[in-house]
Amino acid sequence: MRAVRRRLLETGLEVTVPILVLVAWGLASAQSETYYFPPLTDILSTFADTWLFERVGSDVVPSLVRMGLGFGIAVVAAIATGLLLGMSRRSRRAAAPIVEFLRAIPPPALLPFAILVIGVGDSMKVFIIAFVCVWPILLNTIDGVMGVDPTLRETARVYGIGGRDRLWRVMLPAAGPQIFAGMRTSLSLALILMVISEMVASTNGIGYFVLQSQRTFAIPEMWSGILLLGILGYTLNGAFVLIERRVLRWHRGARASALS
Amino acid sequence: MTTLARSAAGRTKRLAIGVPDSILPWVSVVGVLALFDILPRIGLLPRDHFPPITETLGTLGEQLGEASFWEAVGNTLQGWALGLGIAAGLAIPIGIVIGSSSLLYRATRGLIEFLRPIPSVALIPLAILIYGTGLQSKVFLAAFAAFWQLLVATLYGVQDVDPVATDTARSFGFSRRQRLFRVTLPSAVPYIATGLRIASAVSLILTVTAELVIGSAGLGRSINVARSGGNEELMYALILSTGILGVLLNGIFVRGERRVLRWHPSQRAGERRA
Amino acid sequence: MLKVDHLGKTYGEGDDAVEAIGDLDFEVGENEFVCIVGPSGCGKTTLLKCMSGLLAPTRGQVRLHDDRIDGPPERMALVFQEYGRSLFPWMSVRQNVAFPLRRKRLAKADAAKLVERAVESVDLTGFLDRYPWELSGGMQQRVAIARALAYQPEILLMDEPFASVDAQTRADLEDLILAVRRQYGVTVVFVTHDIDESVYLGDRIVVLTPAPTQVQETLDVDLPPTRDQLETKENPEFARLRAHVYRSIKRKQTHAEPERAPDDQPAAARP
Repeated sequence: MRAVRRRLLETGLEVTVPILVLVAWGLASAQSETYYFPPLTDILSTFADTWLFERVGSDVVPSLVRMGLGFGIAVVAAIATGLLLGMSRRSRRAAAPIVEFLRAIPPPALLPFAILVIGVGDSMKVFIIAFVCVWPILLNTIDGVMGVDPTLRETARVYGIGGRDRLWRVMLPAAGPQIFAGMRTSLSLALILMVISEMVASTNGIGYFVLQSQRTFAIPEMWSGILLLGILGYTLNGAFVLIERRVLRWHRGARASALS
Repeated sequence: MTTLARSAAGRTKRLAIGVPDSILPWVSVVGVLALFDILPRIGLLPRDHFPPITETLGTLGEQLGEASFWEAVGNTLQGWALGLGIAAGLAIPIGIVIGSSSLLYRATRGLIEFLRPIPSVALIPLAILIYGTGLQSKVFLAAFAAFWQLLVATLYGVQDVDPVATDTARSFGFSRRQRLFRVTLPSAVPYIATGLRIASAVSLILTVTAELVIGSAGLGRSINVARSGGNEELMYALILSTGILGVLLNGIFVRGERRVLRWHPSQRAGERRA
Repeated sequence: MLKVDHLGKTYGEGDDAVEAIGDLDFEVGENEFVCIVGPSGCGKTTLLKCMSGLLAPTRGQVRLHDDRIDGPPERMALVFQEYGRSLFPWMSVRQNVAFPLRRKRLAKADAAKLVERAVESVDLTGFLDRYPWELSGGMQQRVAIARALAYQPEILLMDEPFASVDAQTRADLEDLILAVRRQYGVTVVFVTHDIDESVYLGDRIVVLTPAPTQVQETLDVDLPPTRDQLETKENPEFARLRAHVYRSIKRKQTHAEPERAPDDQPAAARP
């Protein structure tokens, strides 16, 4: 019985603690005199005014589109390249120094380069998001392909599974779990770079809005933007986990039975 | 080294056609460098956007003698170190405490899961407001971002302790505190080491980001200044140096991580498989 | 039908060289069930990998219908010991069994029929749409066998396929493989370390020496072709064969140096 009681207590805590924190924040800030930390109620009402649904079209949509395009391009390019590199030792050797170098450059340092060469428009933002998001997925794909169980490979060889079937029906699914792990990382990178690129060179977008609000001292608006970004990060991550869970159902099942 | 580099550093083999394996990486490096040197020179790449690599490297060499360059590097390193240090000083103890108590973990889990995905860059305007445009802003942002990485890594490490090991310790009469220091922590160290490596990279990225966006002194700002001043070679040279700095810092942590992981069974199993 | 022709395999070079297989020479006739048995570490798996074309021999060759085996031949299938790792976890039973058939470019209906027939012969018809992790070890191995059968090979190689299941399941699987072999008319080369199993299943037994492996002896199994777990094992001939094989294996293990026939000269190492 003690185990059950304990489980209930834990679940209860899990639900109530965040609520308590919110309430505490609300109370603490209600009497706040500080300029920088307006009352929570102010922030929430500004949030409703701004993002439901006033500025969705003008700022949220462009941001999400840039992010989506950049991420999508990265996924396709990284998986394709990763599969090929994963299967060929020679091309891995040839590509290794270039890949290692390019991915070591801290993304913000690339922004001025992108601005110089591409300009300050949407293509620059999509480029920088795509460029940075490629690396985690690429490396994970390569890892995934290289880590395919040798018995599985031999099975494929014994039954003469060649070329395209081998790539799409063996290597890709086998590397799936790793690929998804890389995509998870890249997703949060995409959000970060979307924000940075909009703060540095943009005329619309959530990132732009947050910085602009700060510059014009519209503090509750600034906070509402930060809140939105937090919600966005949380929701995107949650949605991704749900998708991952569905696509990789087989993997969880296989791992669970392997451990038991 | 990542798996990519490690696999490439395999045994030398000579293949039936063309280039021996060991030379392959150099061939591609030289090839790419040559490409980016020749193409701008013959005009296939716009020279004002893509100065020839050799000129960029020359500028980089010059910079190594400039005090302003080293000042920028020092500023960036300062921000990185403080950010990482503060993050580690907070995240590791907190992570150990929370990770060791399932009650605490459940209580704080919702909070962590919500705060974690907040892109730290979203707080840039807040940082500007509170701390201005100097070192403090930079450190705040770097620390905030690195903190979550380390916290999650520490939590994972503490929780991933082999229950058989702790049970064995308990059956030998080890107190809770002893179990913590003699079983849990050593087992968690590899995860913390990996977390430190990632947190270091994150701290560097946020530091440079702050310099770029806010304009704090450091490499990020210098890069931007070079670009807006039309000095493309300097810009590229500085981007290169930032990359090199990243590689060096990463290398330190990788080596440290490897030494720590040497005794860990997961690493040994990896060697067997490779 | 299948000839192992003075096969030799050495791993590594120079001082680190390990001679797994010294000189193996034997034949497998059409429709035979040949069991290969030997002590642990005698290169049984290496032998099977060379026979299936997965590994290139250092010396000698393997010939199927007089054609040298260079890579996995189309008419041959292989069932691995680690069934868990040889089934594709993201495919259902049906998809796993059907997968090798893609190479044969059959009409969809024909392929489906082959799959169903194979799965039925291993008694897993109700599990066509399940995934490997949902099945027990014995069932997974049956899927692997069904996959090999649907492929309609001429010759089926099996690498200690029942070593990783419990004794009860092993008995069932042994009877299963005898039944499907009769049903599909396929030649089987069955590697095992279990002496009882080798006598129970085989028409002929090849006994191997420890590394560097050679053929210790070959014996015919003079038991009635219809095997039964109870009757056959009560047969005095079974006990005699069993003891003979056991002594044969044990004998080699006590000798320091394996005997070599005088005309045995390892060929020059292949590049």
